[in-house]
Amino acid sequence: MADKEMDQGKRRFLVAATSVAGGVAAGAVAVPLVTSMLPSERAKAAGAPVEVDISKLAPGEQMTVEWRGKPVWIVRRTQEMLETVKNADDKVADPGSKKPMQPAYAKNEFRSLKPDYLVVVGICTHLGCSPVGKFKAGPEAFDANWQGGFYCPCHGSLFDLAGRVFKNKPAPDNLVIPPYKYLSDTRLLIGDDSKGA
Amino acid sequence: MAATQKQPVTSAGPFNGVLTWVDQRFPLIQLWKDHLSEYYAPKNFNFWYYFGGLAMVVMVLQIVTGIFLTMHYKPDAASAFASVEYIMRDVSGGWLIRYMHSTGASAFFVVVYLHMYRALMYGSYRQPRELIWIFGMVIYLCLMAEAFFGYLLPWGQMSFWGAQVIINLFDALPLIGPDLSLWIRGDYVVSDATLNRFFAFHVIAIPLVLLGLVAAHIMALHEVGSNNPDGVEIKALKDPQTGHPVDGIPFHPYYTVKDTLGVVVFAIVFSTILFFMPEFGGYFLEYNNFIPADPLKTPSHIAPVWYFTPYYSILRAATEDFMWALAAGVVAFVALIILTVKNKTLKMGAVAGGAVVLVAFFTIEAKVWGVVLMGAATLIFFLLPWLDQSPVKSIRYKGGLFKSALAIFTIDFIVLGYFGTQPVTTAGTLISQIFTLIYFAFFALMPWYSKMDKTRPVPQRVTQ
Repeated sequence: MADKEMDQGKRRFLVAATSVAGGVAAGAVAVPLVTSMLPSERAKAAGAPVEVDISKLAPGEQMTVEWRGKPVWIVRRTQEMLETVKNADDKVADPGSKKPMQPAYAKNEFRSLKPDYLVVVGICTHLGCSPVGKFKAGPEAFDANWQGGFYCPCHGSLFDLAGRVFKNKPAPDNLVIPPYKYLSDTRLLIGDDSKGA
Repeated sequence: MAATQKQPVTSAGPFNGVLTWVDQRFPLIQLWKDHLSEYYAPKNFNFWYYFGGLAMVVMVLQIVTGIFLTMHYKPDAASAFASVEYIMRDVSGGWLIRYMHSTGASAFFVVVYLHMYRALMYGSYRQPRELIWIFGMVIYLCLMAEAFFGYLLPWGQMSFWGAQVIINLFDALPLIGPDLSLWIRGDYVVSDATLNRFFAFHVIAIPLVLLGLVAAHIMALHEVGSNNPDGVEIKALKDPQTGHPVDGIPFHPYYTVKDTLGVVVFAIVFSTILFFMPEFGGYFLEYNNFIPADPLKTPSHIAPVWYFTPYYSILRAATEDFMWALAAGVVAFVALIILTVKNKTLKMGAVAGGAVVLVAFFTIEAKVWGVVLMGAATLIFFLLPWLDQSPVKSIRYKGGLFKSALAIFTIDFIVLGYFGTQPVTTAGTLISQIFTLIYFAFFALMPWYSKMDKTRPVPQRVTQ
């Protein structure tokens, strides 16, 4: 061996080939580790729909239920509250709800199946805080001409009573309307909008 | 064979025998000499040179108190909050250990910020110390990650909503964002899975990386030697007889003794806070974090802990209107490059880069830019060794331009930090936006003002 001249090309090839093979093996080992951090089967299964009884919700009031660990608000809007939604068209960023933040059946003026009941995920589309309902019209620190809606305490985003975001606020999109359907006039199913059964 | 060639240890009295035995099997004496007794540090270190050593002391404090906290803490969403209260009320001395750890976290950032500020003043990031600075910056990023992961563990309202907001930052990234944040959380919301993995990151993953980086930081430092308040390279002038720098003194015993004094003073200040105001008026431990996490209700005012607030202000500054100001800044910067730089490729690159950024500003939503700006605000420090074009290192010999720029930046950082703790107001947002522009101008314009600056001649030897 010693008296033979070293074949540098061969050596370089072998070093490169070994490195590549080792790198592929290391990468393959990383796959199960990385995927172990994805939501587990249990976490995926926990997203079951939630049934809500709305018979006790008075006009102008809000209730919160938990769906997939997130707050879902149900607001029973009065006629005056619906008026404020109509009047807010020029203040909000996406008045026609053009961005897909709602199921097709909620892509309407009041972003709901029935105008009286707003069903919306109470998570700000900015960074995930839960806004606060400020339904009373009147001057507020964040808006001197406040007509009622939702205010996010984290970064100051404002939403009207249909969950539409005001212009020039940190939040880019309207609040998300979850899939839902009426089981009867007073019972809602949140998280499932399939027809039939 | 090496074992027999090494000289026996003679200076350790009754321990000579045992040390000789060890030294012949492990480079003990060599390590001691290289890093302590024969590591020559400049003799003119001042007050600002305490903080590197103090950072190590605080790191040890955090590791030791952390070990004892994990003996009682439960990383489980159902019992985490209660287990912290259990530590505070029922574990013998638990309150002390917990407060040492929570006060230590803030102390770590105080010390590290002062340590970084020292580097800014004396040009310790300049050639040949660029790698020390880069290792240090990675340590700083790891420290931020460590603090963030740790803050979720008490599972209070601020823990929960702070994590929610920060993880959602990743959600804003185009294309990969939603999947990435889902992967980080391990669930569709911040939940038990998130808490469990943050515990793993906080107690093992990040500390291990941190220890390795600290070792690299010090090895790089001891390779090139320490900078000093005059920015003079002491290795340039060596005693011909001994071969040691004439302006250098052995780290041990001179600086070990000096640093011990620093540690004592630090311990006095630290204990005062620890025993008399561990919450530090809501800045070290926020009041809302004494309420258990409630995924359905955000606290009325959420703010990160003080050490993140400058970046938080920058995040909040990015609104749609602000993009115009930012675009104007980019245009001005590109114009400056075209007018003053001779290199043609650089000019073309600046125009192309500027055009891409401008298009992106108005096609990608402002929310994303808030996240990008915040990231850029931390990462831009990495470029410092190359942005500073001054012929001198230390602020002592730099001129009025650089001094003013650094003074403005200092105020800027503090003002941004203040507004990051406050609720959103129109005026606050406007001020944050102006100060965000100033923040980036400090770095972006540095190649120009540091070069134009009227510097004074640097002496041959260190002063004093």
